Amino acid sequence: MEVLSAPWVVGPIVLPLLAATLAFVLRARAALTVSLLAALGIVLTVAALTAQVATDGAQSYPLGGWEAPLGIELYADGLSVLMLLMTALVGAATSFYAVGYFGQGWSVAGVRPGDYSDRYGAFWPLWMFLWASLNILFLSADIFNLYIALEVLGISAAALVTIGGGRTAISAAMRYLLVSLLGSLAYLMAVALLYGAYGTLSVGLLGELVEAEPTAFAALALITVGMALKTALFPLHFWLPPAHANASTPVSALLSALVVKGSFYLILRLWFDVFPDEMLPAAGQLMGLLGAGAIVWGSILAIRQERLKLLIAYSTAAQLGYLFLLFPLATAGAGFDAWSGGIYHALSHAFAKAAMFMAAGIILHVLEHDNIEDMVGLSQRLPVTTASFGIAGVTLLGLPTSGGFTAKWLLLSAAIEEGRWDLALVVLAGGLLAAVYLFLVLNKMYLNRPMSGEKLHSPPRLMEAMTFALAGISLALGLVSAPVLELLRIGAPFASVLVVWSP
Amino acid sequence: MSQATLYMISGLAVFAVCLYGLVVHAHLLRKILALNILGTGVFIVLAGVARRGPEVDPVPQAMALTGIVVAVSATAFALALLRSVHRSSGTTYLPEEESESEDPDRRGSG
Repeated sequence: MEVLSAPWVVGPIVLPLLAATLAFVLRARAALTVSLLAALGIVLTVAALTAQVATDGAQSYPLGGWEAPLGIELYADGLSVLMLLMTALVGAATSFYAVGYFGQGWSVAGVRPGDYSDRYGAFWPLWMFLWASLNILFLSADIFNLYIALEVLGISAAALVTIGGGRTAISAAMRYLLVSLLGSLAYLMAVALLYGAYGTLSVGLLGELVEAEPTAFAALALITVGMALKTALFPLHFWLPPAHANASTPVSALLSALVVKGSFYLILRLWFDVFPDEMLPAAGQLMGLLGAGAIVWGSILAIRQERLKLLIAYSTAAQLGYLFLLFPLATAGAGFDAWSGGIYHALSHAFAKAAMFMAAGIILHVLEHDNIEDMVGLSQRLPVTTASFGIAGVTLLGLPTSGGFTAKWLLLSAAIEEGRWDLALVVLAGGLLAAVYLFLVLNKMYLNRPMSGEKLHSPPRLMEAMTFALAGISLALGLVSAPVLELLRIGAPFASVLVVWSP
Repeated sequence: MSQATLYMISGLAVFAVCLYGLVVHAHLLRKILALNILGTGVFIVLAGVARRGPEVDPVPQAMALTGIVVAVSATAFALALLRSVHRSSGTTYLPEEESESEDPDRRGSG
């Protein structure tokens, strides 16, 4: 670990914060331009940071030149840069999608064509704050700084849900905000306990100091429950479907693809970097059980939905379960396979789920409803959109060459290595259940029957292109697994016990 | 029992009581108040942590101050959101989950 030569790590944090502040005071068009420029800047600095981490290894950056015990440190390893990359790609694509979405002045919810100043005004600054908080979360090595990132994340996400404007969207945002604040305060209590017991806020130092004692167990429980609530782990998922399904489509995509991964990342980071190994196995088993519950229960509810956006939202609740399967496997000793399998699933799910919500948004625009029952023959009207939906579905099913396939392969091999046939069965059953709810939709879309003859809006090109690009990335992720896994090994908690090929 | 321990135990008690209040009360204003005081419970624990040693530790105090700033803005936003819940649906309660997810006239997105 060394101090950075070129501080690329600052870019993904400063750029969106700057853009957010400017977007609040500028007029709609200027706010849009500033945000898109910031999005491109973030993609470039994240790419530069990734290259830096890939060649030089994990990096730390003391803010203002103050070192860890006193100052706040930024830290980037393989896991952080992969999360940053995921956020940058999904975020940039969603930004351009949002240009089409909010720019059309669509004739819904009482918004007349051209009358979009209010929506514009709210979306860009809030989205930039959301992006900044995600990047801070992925780069902080200070548990209090992580709390600040969590609060900014929660508040900006809840505010984004209200942009939908409808009665249900506002109620969903209220519920989401209450849940989110409770989760953050539980986390802050854990921070207070950890600081009280060990006298430091640095993740690295805590990792050396924390021992298996009552205070540490209480902190672990508070962090895990608080973050499980924010990640919508079964049975704490009740708030997710209304919030994700009733938000505006770009917001739905961001929430489902990225925001839930933020709090998941926090659990992952703190479990394996801060708490000693002997504390984790029992808690890991519980997490695995809840993850399995999420996969089964979320999928069953998804099958029962009649609206496309709700189906996709329940599918998120189900797919999040896979992320938690890594805990019983990784804490029991399957190590890197389980760990990387869970993270790979987080990555591919982000791209696939963003693409599915974006496809649903286009369908909603064209049909002016999203009732699955009435989508018969849609593929003839919207070939690109329905194809994107199908391709993203391939990732959720875990068919070969998709990112979902690699993720499930890694999780399965970890489960078999550990002799956990029950978890292996859940991984496979989850794929089958996903097939049921996806084919319920795809069957309708691809039925060879012309849609009833009324005139439809034409789908915006830019939005279709972004949707297709994200679906394509989710499919291609399975082809580039070797370099991604190599990147993930940099600074990984299990790197020390593995034989790592090194140059 | 030292003063610091007393503070920490009181803080945890406030936290627990407010968690109970947050769960059992359905009125949104009560929920928001419960969350606000729940945060205060955390700050009391931080105040106790600051007094552990012979000298006052400024770091937990700084955390409590930052936390208060966050709590003020979060509460303000929650109250503003409560007003728009009341404006849009005429009630200060959240709808039951089933009715919410099956509401057909939700056309906020498009």
